[in-house]
Amino acid sequence: MVNTDTRSDRPARRGTPIPGTSSARGVPNLATRSQEHINDNPLMPPIVDGKAVFDLDSGKYLKLWQGPQHPGITGNMSLELVVCGDEIVECKTHVGYLHRGFEKLMERRSYIQCFPIVCRIAVPEPDFNEYLFAATVEEIQGIEVPERAQWIRTLNLEMARLASFFMWMGGMAGAFGLGTQGQWTVTMRDYILDRFEELTGGRIYHMYMIPGGVRGDFPEGFTDRLRETIDTCEKTLQDVERTLFNNAVFKKRAKGLGVIHPDIVDQFGIVGPNARAAGFARDVRKDHPYLVYDQLDFEVVTHTDSDAYARAWVRLQEMYQSMDLIRQILDRMPAEGPFFTKLPNVLHWNVKPGHIYKKAECTRGEYGYYLNSDGSDKPRRIYVRGPSYTHAVSLMEHLSIGCNIADTAGLMVSLHTYPPEVER
Amino acid sequence: MSDQHTQTQISSAEVHEVFADLHTRYGVRGLEEKRADQAFVRTDRDEAVAVLTHLRDRHGYTHLAFLTAVDQIEEGRFELLYMLHNYELRHDLGVIVEIPREGDGCSMDTIHRMWPAAATYQRELREMFGIDFPGSPRLHEDFALEGWHDLPPMRKEFDTREYSERTYYARPGRTKTDTRQHMKDTIYPSEAETW
Repeated sequence: MVNTDTRSDRPARRGTPIPGTSSARGVPNLATRSQEHINDNPLMPPIVDGKAVFDLDSGKYLKLWQGPQHPGITGNMSLELVVCGDEIVECKTHVGYLHRGFEKLMERRSYIQCFPIVCRIAVPEPDFNEYLFAATVEEIQGIEVPERAQWIRTLNLEMARLASFFMWMGGMAGAFGLGTQGQWTVTMRDYILDRFEELTGGRIYHMYMIPGGVRGDFPEGFTDRLRETIDTCEKTLQDVERTLFNNAVFKKRAKGLGVIHPDIVDQFGIVGPNARAAGFARDVRKDHPYLVYDQLDFEVVTHTDSDAYARAWVRLQEMYQSMDLIRQILDRMPAEGPFFTKLPNVLHWNVKPGHIYKKAECTRGEYGYYLNSDGSDKPRRIYVRGPSYTHAVSLMEHLSIGCNIADTAGLMVSLHTYPPEVER
Repeated sequence: MSDQHTQTQISSAEVHEVFADLHTRYGVRGLEEKRADQAFVRTDRDEAVAVLTHLRDRHGYTHLAFLTAVDQIEEGRFELLYMLHNYELRHDLGVIVEIPREGDGCSMDTIHRMWPAAATYQRELREMFGIDFPGSPRLHEDFALEGWHDLPPMRKEFDTREYSERTYYARPGRTKTDTRQHMKDTIYPSEAETW
């Protein structure tokens, strides 16, 4: 068979720097391999300082909008692409289609009224918002959370991670035209949502981790049903692994796509699986153990290829890891105990003045809440640091140069971006 | 916490060492140690970019977690917060810079040359708070708001309620209940007496 894929001819990573592209003093070369590919081609516009220089009126280029409604877009955002032939020479991310002004709304509401708002900031995994909001308030106020509540919170976060990854896995397969795996993984996510419904009463928005603890204890027989669900999920995930990660289409298209050079990881603030696939063993759960992560056994998963395939592989391993963590939590958590600390009357609750930043490892990386309190019953400022903020905007704009139009969806999904946390 | 982590964690002495270095060089002040792995410092606007560069290049604070602003309207200033992170020492350092919130003074030097991702934060701050960052790429392009001509909405003087009453109208016959009063009156009047 004749190999028509030009990408596979090139080395696996770390292309040679292009002269004249490094910008400021001491700043490493920012060019991606796909940009080098453009620079090798005399028919394509020159790339200077990571940006294509071209004249849109020359008739050689076409402006193309991908989104805000498009199967290849994660959520509601759009990419304004300029293409030359079928390759992208410029990409601008447009957000704002989901802007509901959460941060502003919270400044006008008492703390307990903020609690049901925060989970709306990341739809597929709202629990990290709930946890971080509760944790910042607790830390400023000095509230001690009972031990059992901490284990339940950890369990809740790992279930959310698993559900979110299942949804992502389907999207990743779908972006390359493989619909079957998406059907399987979304079903698995639904089984986890059933457990969430039992535990919290809600399928998508749980509103469970209230400041002071959690809203309720396990229902009767919950742990056994959760174990069964995890077993089912593991079996299906093995099928997904066999059919997706050995699939010729997926391998051909995902390998070498969207390579994140290790040098740009800190410049673009890249975190989570995107950074781990580039070889950085960084995980908030390990580096700053929160809740009970210091009592659980797990290793940080890394890869070195840093392309879409490597990122998918890292996430696959983290799904197995998450299942393992859920089993560990169920085995080790205390069987009895309080799950809630009594709060003062929340309608008249003045939180102590001060400011604090708390972070947790969500599926996309470092998720953080900065709370600034002036001692009144409303927060002065809450800032939500979502990993998609840099992944979907500056990093996507950078990586997509030189990418094929057909691969845009795959590239975007491989960065795992959720638009609501960009615009908040 | 496992032993492995307590060993690699930054000590308070090391934080004070970094602070002393910044204080001598740039007059950085106001060290607030929040946790073993988190501290905040304050610096002047003119020194801020030098402080950030020094922290990134000499002290290993290579990760810009976020850049945001807090509106201190009573004191007539914005507090810009640059949250840096050192992966080696596992330490967060927030650098707070105070700038006036009105007039030409409401601007700050851009840091997009140090962290290309910072351009997005600066675009958002320009749109949401009206803070100018001269030289930052695509600064005046819309970010989350399209066709917005009112006050920058995250400023404290922008009243969301007044804006919505001015822009939209209520369904005829709509009634409102004040939650706090309702709880006091009907749900637990006995507890209300103690407030």
